[in-house]
Amino acid sequence: MDYFAQQLINGLVLGSIYGLIAIGYTMVYGIVGMINFAHGDIFMIGGFIALITFLILVSMGLTAVPLILLVVLLVSMAVTAVYGWAVELIAYRPLRQSFRLAPMLSAIGMSFVLSNFSQVTQGAQVKPIPPLITGGHTLHESAGFAVRLSNVQIVVVVTTVVLLAIFTWLVSRTRLGRDMRACEQDQTMAALLGVDVNRTISMTFVIGAALAAVAGIMYLLYYGLVDFYMGFVAGIKAFTAAVLGGIGSLPGAMLGGLAIGLIETFWSAYFSIEYKDVAAFSILIVVLIFMPTGLLGRPEVEKV
Amino acid sequence: MSAADTPLLAVHGLRAAYGKIEALKGIDLEIRRGEIVTLIGANGAGKSTLMMTIFGRPRAKAGRIEFDGHDITGAATHQIARMRIAQSPEGRRIFPRMTVAENLQMGADATESNDVDRAASLERVLTLFPRLKERMIQRGGTLSGGEQQMLAIGRALMSRPRLLMLDEPSLGLAPLIARQIFDAIRILNRDDGLTVLVVEQNANHALRLAHRGYVMVNGLITLSGTGAELLARPEIRAAYLEGGRTA
Repeated sequence: MDYFAQQLINGLVLGSIYGLIAIGYTMVYGIVGMINFAHGDIFMIGGFIALITFLILVSMGLTAVPLILLVVLLVSMAVTAVYGWAVELIAYRPLRQSFRLAPMLSAIGMSFVLSNFSQVTQGAQVKPIPPLITGGHTLHESAGFAVRLSNVQIVVVVTTVVLLAIFTWLVSRTRLGRDMRACEQDQTMAALLGVDVNRTISMTFVIGAALAAVAGIMYLLYYGLVDFYMGFVAGIKAFTAAVLGGIGSLPGAMLGGLAIGLIETFWSAYFSIEYKDVAAFSILIVVLIFMPTGLLGRPEVEKV
Repeated sequence: MSAADTPLLAVHGLRAAYGKIEALKGIDLEIRRGEIVTLIGANGAGKSTLMMTIFGRPRAKAGRIEFDGHDITGAATHQIARMRIAQSPEGRRIFPRMTVAENLQMGADATESNDVDRAASLERVLTLFPRLKERMIQRGGTLSGGEQQMLAIGRALMSRPRLLMLDEPSLGLAPLIARQIFDAIRILNRDDGLTVLVVEQNANHALRLAHRGYVMVNGLITLSGTGAELLARPEIRAAYLEGGRTA
């Protein structure tokens, strides 16, 4: 039972990170109908910006951990958002009127560009940082096994919950969120009502990238390292999470992220760690056979 | 020429095409302030295309569109909308997964209006279409055809438009509701001086409602005149009125 509880905690933390990335996939799919394969690499860029900001702050002699975390968070979100904005402007916008596969191919290209850019400028080695947030709490102990909840896990989950609350408010209550939903449902009508569709699409990429940056920071804090290749696997997982939850659905992306995180963790804990990816993808396949639109997706036919 | 004499909307030699198919072959049309102008014609004559081309979708291939003396031929669709030209387009295009309240809010967002204006606009729309009041928190996609039509017109009115364009406001509606909608247009025009361009299949209704009308055939304007003049013309009667239905 204790072992189970521990895996549940680990799975939820990992799932939070996947979920934050998955939101970016699902938002972009909803509004422009393409899979942004470069999004995983945006997450990786977020991790690197966080690392660089951290090193700069430390070399300036800053030692207050909460202050460092706050500055790292803001700087990484802002700079990564610029990357997201630029990727859309350079690689996708010129192809918007082109055939459907064109922006997707461009996205795959952009993914290589970003990871190779990191490799060339930052080197191919894994970059570690010392643990910033240490300590934790023992929730329960029996028969020599302790259920531990570390402080970094708390930070990851709390940050995710707070961000999701802000994000949900933004989408459902603000003018920008309304414009985003309008563009997702009918771009022509949105334009007829004075919505600047290009600007709204840009903002979607900016917000998606900022959330991916947060995921990148969480990854850096949790695993204590980043490398130029980490965007690929995490991106594929988060994409899977978005599809599992129902591509286009925002709550679905978060739910899918948690599901993938839990499946992977439990499979690793009870069966074999080598086959955790197989387990995640197998469950995706099974779900899609019985629910082709994912857990919370809606059928495509709704358009009248 | 004083500002009051310039037509609110003036279209000169407008051409537009979908791919290789030319839909507008040189349209000239004018709407003056405070007028109700109707555009009648058979399916495929290019009426809806004309309305959309005024909004830049599709872009004009040739010709000129002026709104209130400003050339808007090359302007972006959202910029044209922000000049307070509103459209209830073909197919209504309600946002299906937004509530009725949010759909109306989208209409108000088209202008930089303040909260007081918004409340007044909403009040006016709900007075015209009381049915919408009961549906405010319902999703647009769940409304009946008639309610969606009211919502589409209401949404267009929320921006307090200077020019309101309505594409087939009576399409698919029960006669009683169609009459309500025509009455609403008449009231808005009489009381608020709203300028209206209305496309209609129901030529009889439209010509009785409008001050002036244009007849469109195959991408060209073939006839124009006051509503009464057009109603009296034998070729109009034969093509659009007698027999009750349009081709």
